[in-house]
Amino acid sequence: MPSLKDLKNRIESVKSTRKITKAMQMVAAAKLRRAQDAAEQARPYTERFNAVMAGLAASVGGSDSAPKLLIGTGNDKTHLLVVMTSERGLCGGFNTNIVKKARAHAQELQAAGKTVKILTVGRKGRDQLKREYSDMFVGHVDLTEVKRVGYADAQGIAKDVLARFDAGEFDVATLFFATFVNVVTQTPQAQQIIPASFEATGDEGAATLYDYEPDEEAILADLLPRGVATQIFSGLLENGASEQGARMSAMDNATRNAGEMIDKLTIQYNRSRQAVITNELIEIISGAEAL
Amino acid sequence: MADTIQFDLVSPERRLASLAVTAVQIPGADGDMTAMPDHAPLITTLRPGLLKVEAPGATSEYVVFGGFAEIGTDSISVLAEKAVPVGEMTRADLDAMVTEARDAVEAAKSSDQPHGLVDDAVKLLADMEALGTHMSL
Repeated sequence: MPSLKDLKNRIESVKSTRKITKAMQMVAAAKLRRAQDAAEQARPYTERFNAVMAGLAASVGGSDSAPKLLIGTGNDKTHLLVVMTSERGLCGGFNTNIVKKARAHAQELQAAGKTVKILTVGRKGRDQLKREYSDMFVGHVDLTEVKRVGYADAQGIAKDVLARFDAGEFDVATLFFATFVNVVTQTPQAQQIIPASFEATGDEGAATLYDYEPDEEAILADLLPRGVATQIFSGLLENGASEQGARMSAMDNATRNAGEMIDKLTIQYNRSRQAVITNELIEIISGAEAL
Repeated sequence: MADTIQFDLVSPERRLASLAVTAVQIPGADGDMTAMPDHAPLITTLRPGLLKVEAPGATSEYVVFGGFAEIGTDSISVLAEKAVPVGEMTRADLDAMVTEARDAVEAAKSSDQPHGLVDDAVKLLADMEALGTHMSL
């Protein structure tokens, strides 16, 4: 049985924990708003870009001279997994879910006899994957210092990935991140970025026949590397919003748990105090009767 | 006014402009062009340069780097990798980018890249330097 003093200390400590989780929840809520805004702002660019690329890819894709970024190297041996996670923890199952998805993908590829290489973005994913896949790591991008993810960060990552592709280090690249559905749901996703796959957004693009200047292939060669950066950028933004959403609900849970704990401890404290008082009374009364 | 066309300027990070315009001067990869309503549908890549937007009653200018322009039947969209209103562009920004372009030229020259890449880098550098004089910074 803990003493009264112990209980009081416990209650105080849980109370200060609750203060911290509450503050973190509110910070995450503010950051989530900003992250969602950023994702919203980026959407028109990504949508237009993909629509144009889909049109271009459809018209050039058939020929043999199409860029490798579009049709692939013709091989399917080496896969690069770009795993994007957060830099900070305390966000529930967010990182674990992305890593789980990536791990499943890696095991599947290995079972099929392919070579797997891993590039991580964000500290948490690296920490989790390093234990089992340390021999497959080819690199890590650190965004700890980055306060607000900008397009330049995505360009940096894209440049790294493209340099590896040009050097023939891999044939297929897949991006892992979580898409933001709502505050409680973030779905981990795998998206193939090389060779590029553009989902046609309906047949609206096919309706207009465009002139191209310079010709289609030159435009495609110019735009495909940018496409990689664009996809990474939208992945990063999605991830940013998901991370804050996950943190918000995790911290909300933690705050509620702390509240419950405080209630329970307070009841226990009051009971013990009452017991002590009753004991003292009994002692006094029995002392008086003995006289 | 009847002869205007919807114009959008978007960068990956935000939408910079969305309005009805009478003409847009676009720095295309093969040369500057002015797109007006009823222009033939066209897609062109951009070189670093000035984008002039003429709306009824107002004109604005943006500095754009990389990306492409899509001229459709009922709208013009410019998707620039980086776009800055001319007023917000500073000499220091431009200098940083020129330096970067110069480094890219050196890097392309020193490694045994295909010759086309060196040319591309040199062209990019020239475009950026021309832009500096153009803006009279």
